[in-house]
This record gives sequence, structure tokens and C-alpha cells, in this order.
Amino acid sequence: MSVQKPNFRHPKLAKNSAEYSRKDYEGAISTLCAGCGHDSATNSIIQACFELSIEPHRVAKISGIGCSSKTPAYFLNKSHGFNSVHGRMPSIATGANMANRDLLYIGVSGDGDTASIGMGQFAHALRRNLNLNYFCMNNGCYGLTKGQDSATADKGSAGKKGAPNPYNSIDLCELAIELGASYVARGFSGDKQQLVPLIKGAIAHSGLAFIDIISPCVTFNNTATSTKSYHYVRQHVEATNTFDFIPLAQEIITQYEEGSSQEVTMHDGSIIHLHKVDSSKDVTDRRKAVNNLEAEKDKGRLLTGLIYVNPDIMETHDIINSTLRPLNTLTEADLCPGNGALQKINEGFR
Amino acid sequence: MNPTMNPIESVNDFVIRFANVNGSGSASANNLFAKAIFRLGVPVSPKNIFPSNIQGLPTWYEIRVNEHGFLGRRGGVDMSVAVNGQTLLKDYKEVLPGGYFLYDSTRELAEEFNRKDIVEIGIPLTKLCNDEFSNPKLRQLLKNIIYVGSLSFLIDLDFSILTESIEKQFQKKPKLAEPNIKALKLGYDYAKKYFKDTCKLSVKKTDKLGDDILMDGNSAIGLGAVYGGATVTGWYPITPSTSVIEAFEKYSKMFRIEEDTGRRKVAVIQAEDELSAIGIVIGASWNGARAFTATSGPGVSLMSEFLGLAYFAEIPAVLVNVQRAGPSTGMPTRTQQSDVLACAYASHGDTKNVLLFPCDPKECFEFGAQALDLAERLQTPVIIMSDLDLGMNDHISAPLHWDDKRKYDRGKVLTAEDLDNLKEKWGRYLDVDGDGICYRTYPGTHPTKGAYFTRGTSHDEYSAYTEDSAIYQAGMDRLLRKWDTARTLTPGPRTKIKDPDFGIGVIFYGTTTHSAYEAMSRLEKQGLKVNTLRVRAFPFQQEVIDFINKHETIFVIEQNRDAQLRTVLMTENALSPRKLQAILNFDGLPITADFITEKISDLLNIDLQNGPKGTEGEKA
Repeated sequence: MSVQKPNFRHPKLAKNSAEYSRKDYEGAISTLCAGCGHDSATNSIIQACFELSIEPHRVAKISGIGCSSKTPAYFLNKSHGFNSVHGRMPSIATGANMANRDLLYIGVSGDGDTASIGMGQFAHALRRNLNLNYFCMNNGCYGLTKGQDSATADKGSAGKKGAPNPYNSIDLCELAIELGASYVARGFSGDKQQLVPLIKGAIAHSGLAFIDIISPCVTFNNTATSTKSYHYVRQHVEATNTFDFIPLAQEIITQYEEGSSQEVTMHDGSIIHLHKVDSSKDVTDRRKAVNNLEAEKDKGRLLTGLIYVNPDIMETHDIINSTLRPLNTLTEADLCPGNGALQKINEGFR
Repeated sequence: MNPTMNPIESVNDFVIRFANVNGSGSASANNLFAKAIFRLGVPVSPKNIFPSNIQGLPTWYEIRVNEHGFLGRRGGVDMSVAVNGQTLLKDYKEVLPGGYFLYDSTRELAEEFNRKDIVEIGIPLTKLCNDEFSNPKLRQLLKNIIYVGSLSFLIDLDFSILTESIEKQFQKKPKLAEPNIKALKLGYDYAKKYFKDTCKLSVKKTDKLGDDILMDGNSAIGLGAVYGGATVTGWYPITPSTSVIEAFEKYSKMFRIEEDTGRRKVAVIQAEDELSAIGIVIGASWNGARAFTATSGPGVSLMSEFLGLAYFAEIPAVLVNVQRAGPSTGMPTRTQQSDVLACAYASHGDTKNVLLFPCDPKECFEFGAQALDLAERLQTPVIIMSDLDLGMNDHISAPLHWDDKRKYDRGKVLTAEDLDNLKEKWGRYLDVDGDGICYRTYPGTHPTKGAYFTRGTSHDEYSAYTEDSAIYQAGMDRLLRKWDTARTLTPGPRTKIKDPDFGIGVIFYGTTTHSAYEAMSRLEKQGLKVNTLRVRAFPFQQEVIDFINKHETIFVIEQNRDAQLRTVLMTENALSPRKLQAILNFDGLPITADFITEKISDLLNIDLQNGPKGTEGEKA
């Protein structure tokens, strides 16, 4: 059962520039376990959409199957949602995006949904640079089937079942960079401060924005021996850079000391201001981005933050040169060549 | 030649089979020949019998010429044009007594080629070709054109038709026309010199074809999808369906370019697999675009999970299944009608999918467009069941026609205005009209109304998740109500009642149709007036059920091993297996009229001898 929240609103609730309050971005009450990382991730999505003044009904939420894929029911209940089949979120999102390029697409998936059954679809949506926000809530295990290791579980990590995972883990960020994603980030559901701007940057990005959201499973993979527990992640996290996300048309009020920041202008005119410190990483070079991930891994650290961004790259619609009008608005007059043309075609078959 | 033998004599009624090596350019020469006969107004049906191979393996091309317009495969070969050493002896043996064997006499035939009952026509194709042309690539291609030239003389085919065809073909490269015409002449002159009055098969110009066209089914479906307003396709290459999408792309390039921007009014995505291909179709249809894909048996297996989602979540989806011989990879370049069960009930759980069975290019075109209407009206998958024979071979067909007044049926979709005017609370799965079809909304329609959560999990009338048994069952029952509505919207059968009192009826569908009608015509000449029904869609309409009920015995003719349509007919209509008798051809080649005639005669003879059904009297 999905339980809807009451509609009651405090009359003086703060509103964003589109006249929506934060409550307008909420969904049904979550049925996930208390303390689930996914609920925090959901909250960050709500916060980011609210702060960016996105019109909720201009968003389409699409997911596969699993705990993470249930979350679209828990945010943006004025948006259409599509909980599809296991591992197939990217193809549904591709079709939906082809039908109407004007909506904002949020694809939610998990580590089982993405790194195992849906690996093929994940790879090819990235390869085509579909204009999609691909959020993978990654807890290293299969929660809905009670805690089996997933393909992103670190080698040697042990969840509630007790046996250490004997296989290599898949680093989805590294893979995403390899496969051509143009915005790759890693967040931690427990760090909203970092996750909300990462989501905002993703939304402003044109093309595939992939965020690997480490999101602990409190029930099956929050043990002392797990590398995806709240405790372990907090102890081992290393961030690339902190940054400010400045939406288009918002006045820049912060003063940046010369040489202290790097500016990345997004496709929609928004700006990401990366704060440079001695330890900051280059996130605009593909090769260096992969090296950064590997280097931290060697040190036993988990690299988070914006890992790679390339705002000037064609998304699928540009690649296939499709019309700027949403295809789902075209009518007979746009689409049907008529009987006259057909008679000429007949002639070619005589 | 044996002086006592009788060479087959026939005007406008014979079968020629070409035996070639795959990838040697024979297809275009053979096409040239078939098209020339077509342009003389004589009904012709060419069939490519080809291997799953790009170059080197044997391939055959069978041309049936029939003035009466029977264009299924007949059976038997009146003339073999044998230019493949690998299969020479087999081709030799398969010629009917009195038939003709045209071969490359540059090398002499071996001793075992010793039939006395056929006419051998040796043309030194390689020698003639090599003496005249030096370019090795041209030599290979033109050797085929030389035998077309010889045939032109042998069967009295107007030579100018061939030269005109060549000139038309090479309009843009006139330099290439010249050696082709020269090759035609070489073959013609040689045959004229050495084989005058040898061949008693001939072609005479007629006006039997009117304004008919000669077209392959896949092109017709692709074109139908353009006319029907499909804008999105996700697809994955698989024989024999690939050319459906290629045709869609080709015609989209002709008709779907925005004049001012040069941008395309279509999105064609070559997917990573069939799972993704159908996912793209479902995602696009959910979001209000018309979308379709094409595949064959193995692709259907992969798409099944998604088809179940579209069935249960009620999302339009159009799938073209160009069937080939299964199971598994089977014979990828041979034809069958063996996916009927896999498609009718594709996916786990209780599912049923709408199927359309086209039998010629005109119907392919019409169903290509109509399937999009039906899918959106019924909010469910619609599968067009073509096959390799229909899809990849050229067929004579009535010309295509489009009614310019026709509007797309976009089904029950609420606009923002509709949502504002609603008096009651809207529910995605509320059966307001009682026809089992509910009202849907596209994403992005209205700021506060009409959003819902589409899911493959069980849901109530407002699309909320539920595990309540009663609500689940009511939803499943409503889908059956919708199924009954589908019965009234899908194309009805084509029935031919020759004798209302005759107790035997025959049912068939798709490409079996042509050979079946020919077989019935032969039986009619023997006094058997068999009633026929051609199924054009699943679910079956009342007319199909009535036809079955009116007859004591029904023969169901199909091109598969397990009598799949018969199974569906029995299951859906609770019929006794005894009532429906199967006539099955599953050798991977198009079913022949000979085969059907023989099977029915056999079955009826058995009945006549046992006499339980009183058919003897009826026959008399």
C-alpha cells in the first residue's frame, strides 16, 4: 500500500520562485526500512528540485525494480512515475525522452538493477549520452531479497549474512566515465550538504548525468564488516572538491579569490564553482578523473563529489538530429505524407 | 533429347528455379527477370530461398508464373537454371519429367547426369563471359545476366522489356547499363543460334495485373508505420525483420525532414538488444508518441517480460514479428508461422496479446498503420505476425492507398482541459465507459491533476499498489472485458462460402492463404466445394466461432509443427480437438498448393472410406 501524506499546508510555508513550497515536491510516505539511506537520498532530490524551482509536473520519474526503484513513489507526487521491470529503467527512459525532449527525466536505479541485470542498458544509455539524470542508490546488496551481495559489494566486505564477498566489485563511476557519461559524481546519502548540489548540477547538465549515491542498507549491510555501512563510509570518504552550484540568472554573491576557484558553465547557463584547495582534483579531464578514482581506492579511500564533467557534449537528440518539437505533439499534418505521395511510391514498385 | 519424351508445354504457367551461389550477384539478375515478366502484365511470384550466409553457400530463387493469379508456391520445377556446382546434381534431379535444365556448359556434365526425360540446355556462360569481359568483378555479375538473356529467347520474353529495365536501373550510371545489355545480347544470341524451338514454355503479354504492384511485405509495413504516424522506434538487427526498420528509416528520410531546420521528425534508436528495443517502444508510447519495433522469434522471447508489463500496466506497443523457422536460432533464413503461441500469450502470468495476420503487401501497409491505432485505442501490445516469405520476398499486390481524411485514433487520452472539466476523481484504471478501456494521461499535461505511478505490480483503479485479492481480481477481469472490446475492433476474417451445406471448412492465415486458395480451386474442379475462412486477427471475432460451429470438421492449415493456431482456436473457444484437424507444413519453405491439395484429398478419402460423416453423399 502506498500511504499518501496529508494535503494540509501551513499557509506561510516558504515558496520558491515558481510558487511551490517544499511540500509540493514530496511523495507518498516511504515503506522502506526506518533509517534506509534511500530515504535520505530521496530527501536530497526533493530539496534540489525545490531549490531549483522545477515545476513538478514537468518531471518524469522512471525506475527499475528493487528498494531504490520504489523511491520515485516517495518524491514529486505531481510528476508521472514509471516503475518498470528489473534493470530496464534506461530503455524506458530512452523511449520516454525520445517522445518528449522537453521534460526533465529522473531515472532511479540500484546497484543490482544497474550493475548486474541492467548492466547492458546502463552502458548503452551512457554511450548515447541520453539527457537523463541517472541516480543509482548503491548499498552493495540486494535488500528486497534479504541481503545477497551485489556486484558493487567490495571484495572482502561482509554484510549481515556473514560471508565475505569473494568477487571484485564494479566501480560504477569509473565505468560511467569509460562509457561516455558527461557528468559523473558520487555522493553519500548521509551527506546532504554535498549531495544536494551534486543533484542540482546533474539537473542542469544536458546529457547523461550519473550519480552513484552510496546509500547504506540498515537492515542487511550496515555491519561492522561491511564497507557500505554508515560508519565505514564516514570514516573513509574523500571528496574531490566542494563547490557552489549557481543556477542560471541567479546573481553571484560570493566573492572568489583569484585562483581559488574553477568555473564550469553548464549547458543551461548555470555555473559550478569548484573550490580549489591543495588537495583538489581535476574533474574536467577524463583520464585524470579515472586516475583520481583509482588513486583513492589504492589508499583505501572512497572518492566522492563531482568526479568528471564535460558540459559541451551532444546528447542523443542532437546526435540523431531530431526536431526540437516534442515528437509526441506532432500530428497527421506533420507525419503523414498523404495519398499523393503514396501513388508515386506505388509507381516505384511497378 | 529422347525422341519419345514430351517436353512440358505451357504459356504463362510454369515454375523456374535458379540455383546460384550466395553473394555472386545473382539476386539482381533474377529480380530483373521476374520484374520483366511482371511488366508484361503476367502474374509472377519470386521467392528467394537463401542461406544464413553472406557469401559462398547455395541459394535458390524460385519464380512462379501463373496467369490465373495463383501466387503461392505450386510445388515442382519446370525449368532449372543451374549455375551452382555445389548443388548441380540435386538441381538436375529435381526437374519434373519433361522439364528443362539450363546449365553452364563451359564444363561438360559428368556421367551421372543421364536423365532421358528432361531437356538439357547447355549455355557456355563462363566462356561467353570471359571472352567478352575482362574485369573480374564484372565477369561474376554479368555471367548471371547472360543466362537471363538466354532465357529471354527460350521463353519468348520481349527483349526490349529487359533492356528498358536495365536502363531504368542504371539511370544514374549509364556506363554500367552498356555491359549489362551486351551480356543480355550474348546470352540471347547464343540461345537463338543453338536452341531454336527447344523450349515450349513461354510468356505472353496479358493485362491481368491492372495497376498491381510488386513489393516486399517488410517495406510495406515500414511504410505503413510512417503513414500511421510512428515517430519512435528502438530496434535490434535480426533476420528477417531488419528491412522493416530500414524501410521505415528510408521513408522517414523522404517524408519526415523539417523543411526549415533539416531536423528529423522521427527518432530511430538502434538498441543494444531486443530487451531495450521494446523498452524504448514502451517508454515512448507511455509518453504519448507512436512507437513500434520489429523483430523475429528470438527477439520475441527476449521481449516477453516487457510485453507482460505493457499488457498489465496497459501501455500501447506495436511489435512486428517477421517469423522465421525456430526453435532457438532454428533456420534463420527460412519461413514459418511458428510464433503464434509465443506471441498470443507472451509473458508470464495470465496474458493475451492482440495479433494481426497480414497476407500480402497491401495488408502489411494497412496493418502497419492500423496497429498503431489499435494499440493506442486498446492500450495494449499489438503484434503484426508476418513471416520471412511475406516480409522478404516480392509479392503482387493491389496498390497501396491512403485516405487523406483519415485521422489517427489516439485512444482515450485526457488533456489538461479534460482534467479540469472532470466532475469525478480521475483514476488511471477506472472503467468509466464499461468497455474495459480506461482514460490515460501523458506526463507533463497538467500542473496538479492526472499524474499517476505506472507499475507492473498489482494496482487499484487509482494506480496505487495493492495486494488486495478482490481488487487484483477485478482488475484482471476488466482486462478480459477489454479483450472482448478488442474483438470488435480488430480486422475481421475473410470468409468464402462455396456451399453452405458442405460439412467441411478450412481455416488458414497469413502466407498460407495463397497456396490454400489455389488448392481449394483445384478441389473445386474435382467437385469439392470447400468453405474457407482466413483469420486476420486474434482475439477471434464471432464470425470465426460461427464458421467453426457451422461445419462438422475444420481443417486448420499452418506452417508450423505443433498446430499453433489450432491450439489457440481450441483453447479460446473450448472446442473439441477432434473437430479441428491440422494440416501442417514446417520444412521452412513456403507451403505449396500441391501439399495442401494432397493432404486434404488424403484426409477426405479416409473419411469417405470410413464414412462416418456422410461426406460421400455431399461429394456426389
